[in-house]
Order: sequence, then C-alpha cells, then structure tokens
Amino acid sequence: MNNTYLSYNNIVSSLGFDSPTVIEKIRNGESGLKLVADTSIFPTPFCSSLINTERLENKFANLGNIEEYTRLEQMLIISLEATLKASKIKLTDRVGLIISTTKGNIDTLDPSHPMPEERAYLGTLGHIVKSYFGFKTEPIVLSNACVSGLLAISVAKRFIAQGTFDHVFIVGGDVVTPFILSGFNSFQALSPQPCKPYCKQRSGINIGEVAASVLVTKEKENLAPEAVAILGEGTCNDANHISGPSRTGEGLYRSIGSAFKEAGVSAVDIDYISAHGTATIFNDEMEAITLNRLQLEKTPLNSLKGYFGHTLGASGLLETIVGMHSLYNNTLYSTLGFSELGVSQPINVITKSTPKKLAIFLKTASGFGGCNTAAVFKKVTP
Amino acid sequence: MKRQLLKIKAYASIANNRVSLNDGIVFSEEKNDLSAFLKQAYKSLDTNYSKFFKMDALSKLGFLAADIILKSTQKEPDLERNTALVFSNSASSLDTDRKHQKSIQDKDNYFPSPAVFVYTLPNICLGEISIKHKLYSENSFFIFNHINTGYLFDYANNLILSNKADEVLCGWVNCDGEDYEAFVYLVSTEGTIPHTKEEILKLYNIK
Amino acid sequence: MSELKQELKEKIITQLNLEDIAIEEIADNDPLFGDGLGLDSIDALELIVMLDKDYGIKLTDPKEGKKIFESIEIMAAYISEHRSK
Repeated sequence: MNNTYLSYNNIVSSLGFDSPTVIEKIRNGESGLKLVADTSIFPTPFCSSLINTERLENKFANLGNIEEYTRLEQMLIISLEATLKASKIKLTDRVGLIISTTKGNIDTLDPSHPMPEERAYLGTLGHIVKSYFGFKTEPIVLSNACVSGLLAISVAKRFIAQGTFDHVFIVGGDVVTPFILSGFNSFQALSPQPCKPYCKQRSGINIGEVAASVLVTKEKENLAPEAVAILGEGTCNDANHISGPSRTGEGLYRSIGSAFKEAGVSAVDIDYISAHGTATIFNDEMEAITLNRLQLEKTPLNSLKGYFGHTLGASGLLETIVGMHSLYNNTLYSTLGFSELGVSQPINVITKSTPKKLAIFLKTASGFGGCNTAAVFKKVTP
Repeated sequence: MKRQLLKIKAYASIANNRVSLNDGIVFSEEKNDLSAFLKQAYKSLDTNYSKFFKMDALSKLGFLAADIILKSTQKEPDLERNTALVFSNSASSLDTDRKHQKSIQDKDNYFPSPAVFVYTLPNICLGEISIKHKLYSENSFFIFNHINTGYLFDYANNLILSNKADEVLCGWVNCDGEDYEAFVYLVSTEGTIPHTKEEILKLYNIK
Repeated sequence: MSELKQELKEKIITQLNLEDIAIEEIADNDPLFGDGLGLDSIDALELIVMLDKDYGIKLTDPKEGKKIFESIEIMAAYISEHRSK
C-alpha cells in the first residue's frame, strides 16, 4: 500500500508565526493564554490565546497585500504562504486545497463589522484563499465541529488514495469572536482561568485562535525533516447526544479501533497520545474511559489546550503538527495546567518536557454532533 | 474491482414543497412556509420522533430526507448498519448562525440560547441522523458553492473501497432563509442505478 | 402559585419545543428529566437562561439547576422566593 505523508507545516499563533518557534515555547512550558478584558468581545474578562493584531497586520502587509482581508483570512493566508513556499510545489490540477474551520468569518455577521455579511459564507472563504494563491482546483471546506482539523488530514489522505490529487494543502483556523464565546458561555463551558486538562480542579475550556497549515503528499521525495506517514485514521459518531460526549466513549473507542485496524498497530505500538483534553468535566472523563477500554492508560498522553486554549477548527491540525515535531525532536511535551488527576480511570498525563525515543503517535479529537476522529502517525526515517 | 460495482441504491429529495423518494412523490403541500411544511411532512411521513421539534431547519431537512431513505432500505430493524454520512451544502449553518447572532446583538437583552447555539455547526445534522438510526459511522460535512459531484463521488468510493463503510449516504442539504433543498442518495454495492458523477447530477437536477 | 405553575408549563412546552405534549399532561410533581418529560442537558441549560431572562434569577452552578428543575412544583416554589422580575 502506498503511504501518504504529512510534510511542510506552519503554525500562526500567540506563541509565534512558525512551527519551530512555537514548539520551542511549548518545550519551555510557555502558555499563550492570558486574561483578556475587552468588553467589545465579551462582557466579562475571559481567558484566551489571541494573536497580536498589530503583528498579524504587519506580517500581512509585508506579503505586499493591498486588498482588504478579514482577520481570519489574514491568518490563513500567512500560514499557508509559509507552507506553500517551503514545499516548492507548483499548483496544478493535481493539487488540492482543504480549509478546515468551524465558523469561518462569522464575525462579519455583526452589523458593526466593516465587511458585508456575505463574507460569512464558508464557500466564499474557500474561494478567497484559492484565488489568493492561484489553486487550480475547487477548494474543499470542511466544517465538522471540533474534529475538523484532524478529519481534514483524513479527507486529504482519502482523496489522494482515490487518485483525485497527488498533493493537498490543508489550512485550518478560527477566530475568537463574541459569537463563539457567548455560545460556549451559554453552555457554562468556559473556564475563567487557564484551563486544566484532566485535572481535579478543571472547570472548562478556554477558546483560542490559531491558523495552521500542512502539506499532505503521496511523494516520499523532498519531505520536510519532521514528516510523518499517516498509517491509519477513522471517524465514528457516538450516536448518543448532539452536545454531550458519550459516557462510554463509544465513538472515540471505535474511531481509534478503525485507525488501528488500518494502520495495523495495537496499543503497545503507540509511543504517545496527543489527546483532545478540552478540560471540561465530561470530555476528559470520556477520554479516560475510552483509553482504558483500549489498554492505552499507561501510554504517555498530553493535551495542548493549556498552551493555546481550544482553537476549534484548527485544533486537530495544530496538535498533529506539534506531534510531528514531538517525534522529530524525540521529546514528550507536557500538559500545561494539569496538576492532580481528576478522572475516574488512570491515564498517564505528561507533566514535563521529557526526552524519549519516539516513532508512532496517536492523535484524537472529539466534538459537538457526537463526532470523534483518531489518526496514527509514524516518523519517516530518512 | 469493487469500484465498478458501486450503485445508487435509493435517493430522496425535499424541495419546492415536495418530498420524494426515488421516482415517487411521498408528500406535497401547497405554498407554505418552510417550518410549517417540514412539520406537516414529519406528520404525514409517520416519523414519530419527538426530538425532531427541537432541531433547527437544516437538521430537520437532512433528518427527514435521510430518514425516508434509511427506513426504505432497512433490512432488519435491530441490525447495526455501517452507513457513512457525507453531507454538503453552501450555507453551512448560517440560517441558525443568524439567529444566534441576533440574540447577542442587543447588549441590554443579551440571552444567547444553548438550544440555538448547538445548531450553529452543520454537522449537528449528521449527529441527529446518527442518534436516530444508531449509526456509529463515518461523518463528514463539506461546504461548496454548488454541489460538487466529483468530490462526493470520489469520497464515497474511497469510504467503501477502504472498508470504512458498507454504504454511504451522500447529500446536498442546504437551508438559507426560505431557500431550502435536500437531496440525498445511498451509495451501495446493491441497487440498479450506476454510481457515476453524471447519474448523481441527473438525480439532483430532477428533484 | 398555581398561576405561576401554569405559566411555567406553557413556557416549557413552547421554549423547549415539546410540540407533542399538552399542558394537562404535565403534573405538578412529574419529574422533568429522565423518565418524566425526558428533558436533557441542553434543556437544563435552556431553563437556566429562562430563569435569568424571565424571572431575573441567575444560576451559576449547573448542579443547583438540577435540584430546582426536579418538578414544576419545586421550580415554582424556587422562583416565587427568588424572583426579581
């Protein structure tokens, strides 16, 4: 069977505008989360990881842009520009584009936004990115709640396997908006402090903003040094509830099973798990139950939500990219915010950056609508 | 190869005040607003699922269209089926997004509703179908400006060829104010209509 | 009090979209969640919004809601004691 690889990549975030810078800060345990008191976004102070607007706009102006783009478009374009450039791939009809987002330019629905509300159509967002770079194929926008970023990798791999494309560029992102904050707040899911995944004191999520991009390719030549092969992946629904995670973790259990089956691996082959870990009571508990059902409770695991918050449509992609670098650097990164295990079943939470020889990692994500995605990645040995 | 053998086993649509299953109309109603029309369709089709009333319009549309296909192709009621759900549209969940936005616009009357907010994701519709039909299967929701039969065709083929699903319920389910349409079709190894891009487009256009 | 109970039943039916349930079918002591009316976690959150919007009662702890929303009887008693509108 032919492998598909994740190669060149970029992260635009509060911790930096390229992957190595961001990874270095994660290694040092630096969080992008801060208390934000800005009543134009939310009536009360909230904890978030926001990209510095001035820095974003300067960077975008440096690309030589004169037309007007939204905040999210600027983030996506800056990230994808870097990945495209590094890959040196020519945009032909064999190159696909996937945009992973939950809400896109949802901020333009606000009448006070300078752009027309038509900008909120996700297809429009796809075409803006497509035209900016001159992609020759129709953009594929994936909006599948909080698994979007990881599922986008599956989707890219599937289209490559089916012969639709040879290469696919994925760019994912969402912005922190009153729309999102008010909604999660109505769910009483927001933590006013930096989130504490899997911790006894956890009290909910923080929302953050990131754009991340990666090249998915079938060509083993010219890969980035940190490239990984996608061994297997799967997405399964809980068939249980549209907002609450399944108590037994059925969908996640089946997703991991589906990914393992395709990858031809079992629990003992996994060196580390990059989990979802939103720091809500129910999500983290559900994950612990699932991992125990799969005998993965001793495998080192992290959640990166303590660095960036939950970055929605970007999160699965962002965390996969960090996982790639984790393998490349042979280092396990810690779960920031965690101090004392607060789930009913044992799991092996990574609490400090630790050197370890790594080859294979499992990435998981779960979201509203009962969706769950899992994927297994393996280091490419040169 | 399995690829050549794939078929469209059944298809359904909801548009222009009509609900159709394969080549027959199963419900139609004179001019009516979307919400009233969907409620009458629900009753007439003997859906009997009270959670339906809590759904937003996009979910109701997708749910009803999927429900008539899944019921008509069900072999044994309790047998778990591995049917993937692959939906697409152009307006995502914007219809409900606008409602949520309205609820946070006026700072003196600021009461965002969790029951509205939860539907501000298009894939919730897939979740609703999964819950009713106990589908622990693959879900994907794509947004295109227009139905993209090429992508749907390749993606459904891959899900079956890679053994991730036995069947794939594909569709275009869009709701944007009073503009609405749902068109879903079941890709399978059984059936009489060949699974080709041309056939998908043909069936979509006759709704 | 009985007026408030009637009002609550009407509100629950319309705001939680319980279209196939009539006011007469809800008894004052019927459990609202689980086997009773079959409300779920989103409905509970929706009721918290309703308390705030219509009666000026702010609940910050979802666990508190669990006790208050046990039945129409308990809800009505809590509202008449704590309402500010």
